[in-house]
Amino acid sequence: MTGDEACAEGALAAGCLFFGGYPITPATEIAEHISARLPAVGGTFIQMEDEIAAMASVLGAAWAGKKSMTATSGPGFSLMMENIGLGICTETPCVLVNVQRGGPSTGLPTMGAQADMMQARWGSHGDYEIIALAPSSAQEIFYQTITAFNLSERYRTPVLIMTDEIIGHMSEKVIIPPADQIRTEWRPKPRGRKDRFLLYKPGPNGVAPMPAAGDGYKIHVTGLTHDEKGYPAMSVEAQQQMMERLKRKILDNRDDIIMVEEHQIEDAEIVIVSYGISSRTSMAAMQQARAMGIKAGFLRLITVWPFAEEKIQALAQRVKGFITVEINLGQIHLEVMRAAAGITPCHLVGHHGGTIISPDQVLAKIKEAF
Amino acid sequence: MEFWRVPFDSEAIEVSRGIVYIIEDRCKGCGYCIEFCPKSILAFSSRFNKKGYHPPELLDHDICVNCHYCEIICPEFAIYSLPAPLEKTG
Amino acid sequence: MPAATKTRAAHQNHPLEDLIRSDRIPHIWCPGCGIGTAFSACLSAMKGGGRNLEKMCMVSGIGCSGRAAGYVKLDSFHTTHGRAIPFATGLKLGNPELDVIVFSGDGDLFAIGGNHFIHAARRNMDLTVICVNNLNYGMTGGQAAATTPHLAKTTTTTAGNPESPFNLPLLAWASGATYVARWTILHTRELTECIQKAISKSGFSFIEVLGPCPINYGRRNREKPMETLRLYQEQTIIRNNADPMDLDVDFKKKVVLGEFVDKQRPTCIESYDRTCRLPE
Repeated sequence: MTGDEACAEGALAAGCLFFGGYPITPATEIAEHISARLPAVGGTFIQMEDEIAAMASVLGAAWAGKKSMTATSGPGFSLMMENIGLGICTETPCVLVNVQRGGPSTGLPTMGAQADMMQARWGSHGDYEIIALAPSSAQEIFYQTITAFNLSERYRTPVLIMTDEIIGHMSEKVIIPPADQIRTEWRPKPRGRKDRFLLYKPGPNGVAPMPAAGDGYKIHVTGLTHDEKGYPAMSVEAQQQMMERLKRKILDNRDDIIMVEEHQIEDAEIVIVSYGISSRTSMAAMQQARAMGIKAGFLRLITVWPFAEEKIQALAQRVKGFITVEINLGQIHLEVMRAAAGITPCHLVGHHGGTIISPDQVLAKIKEAF
Repeated sequence: MEFWRVPFDSEAIEVSRGIVYIIEDRCKGCGYCIEFCPKSILAFSSRFNKKGYHPPELLDHDICVNCHYCEIICPEFAIYSLPAPLEKTG
Repeated sequence: MPAATKTRAAHQNHPLEDLIRSDRIPHIWCPGCGIGTAFSACLSAMKGGGRNLEKMCMVSGIGCSGRAAGYVKLDSFHTTHGRAIPFATGLKLGNPELDVIVFSGDGDLFAIGGNHFIHAARRNMDLTVICVNNLNYGMTGGQAAATTPHLAKTTTTTAGNPESPFNLPLLAWASGATYVARWTILHTRELTECIQKAISKSGFSFIEVLGPCPINYGRRNREKPMETLRLYQEQTIIRNNADPMDLDVDFKKKVVLGEFVDKQRPTCIESYDRTCRLPE
């Protein structure tokens, strides 16, 4: 099964019942696969007129009470930015997959890259926090798609899966467990009097329960800055309150959201930081370095956003250096530098896009730098 | 009610009567209700509402036929009419 | 002495009071703006059709008319500029039990959102789309729109609009809408009836409402609000089932109003269920 197909299967396992899509290489196979599967499970697939509409329809379906998603690649990701912002502002759970390809513009449609990582973080206007995961295999994209839905439901926010053409198109063995072994979450539903319900009054974890349209709560949902009731509120105070809450619901729960994998970090002097497809390169490089007697470790970011900065900060106190491996010209590398804060040297093994990075390049950098 | 030509069923038809209610502070003074009242019974008042507009007032209390046109042309939800209790004629 | 006027604020029992978020009234629309009347007609139609209001929702885009969703006391969604229709599409597909009404303006629905409009009409999405056409971008201060008449003055066409406007009912008809009507705010009874009919009808319905924008459009084109309404009274003609080709808005000739299209074809959802779902 390809990574794209595994993603679609993961979505179905998570309980996704709506997919609003638009064809784009190399993400099209997700739409193709799920379009054939959704009707049988009572779900709906629609191919919209563009990615802007696809993302808007995903938000609409989420407010109708369905778990919903879309999948795209760079140019489509750019078009979706507007409604990702609406999703964040209105706290709409949904999942968006970006099967990254070389950019900018039309770039390399059939060849992989990891160059949309900063766009994932900051692409829509305004300040906000976002959750982004980065799978490294077809099996992992299956599970991460389920995790992405769970996080989006738990925190009422769009969650991004930042995969790439290589994983998307690569065929690998994928084990799909029985449904009873898959844990799925659903957004908390409001209780109590409908006429007193406040759409954005947070519960204990900073997240407000969410009714669906037709539930009788007479909700108002707006992309304008709003108060707890959901009504537009044009003031410095309202902006501060809303923004702070949107930020806090992610950052105060970062221990729950941030997932990393550590390999031989304990005694490592050089730590390779990577994610997605490049983590496979990094793992091989780390093992080769160890075979050569170099004390290398590997930190794999499963959650890329919010960034695992405390982890990097702590490591910066004792390791000799970081090497970030990613198929771009230095995006997460800059985050590692920021967290290392000048205490520890940081190096990049990057690439302009179109192919994976080989372990030799990482090894060469280790030897050159340390 | 005066007729230019008396309809055959004028005896049988009860002309509806209405009471006009004006929520003065909602009015923004566009004057649509005044201009398009088929009985021409509304006019700008000399009062100011709290937004500083002159809300309409009724010139003739007796001839509202409860057609609701003021109610449905009003962009502000500021005027409406309800049926008046039936007039006892005899 | 049966009739009387009541002017006390205590009598705030407007027949639509239960459908408006009265804690947000007064609305932002300027004195003489036609949106309030179109909105009021829409609410009357929603209420008058005897349908379950709990399952009725309004979706708006951005702009003056886009604020409508913020004033209706039902599930309501104020989305991004131009995207009300695709958002509404997701809402309807997510829960086909909902009656979804899109209430927005000409700039939102036909410039930035034009592509979504034609595609929703083509696939016959079961939506009721109400467009208040005030011939310009009001919210941003009166710029030229895709509906601004040729040679009309706006802040971005101070010498007159060099372009020509859309004929919206023609566009809706050509795109496949199964119900198309046009009224002005002066024809509020007919408008209400048509909206009510459109809501109860399945498929893609489109209703254009001509309404004045006295502050931004009227002022620059020497048209006082009452004069605009006089145009609506004197320079319009009602012709149901008129040829969509004859429906351009040009007040130098007569502007045609009425119900132009009322036909039936399978909705997007009906067709999807029939084509894509296996029979049980």
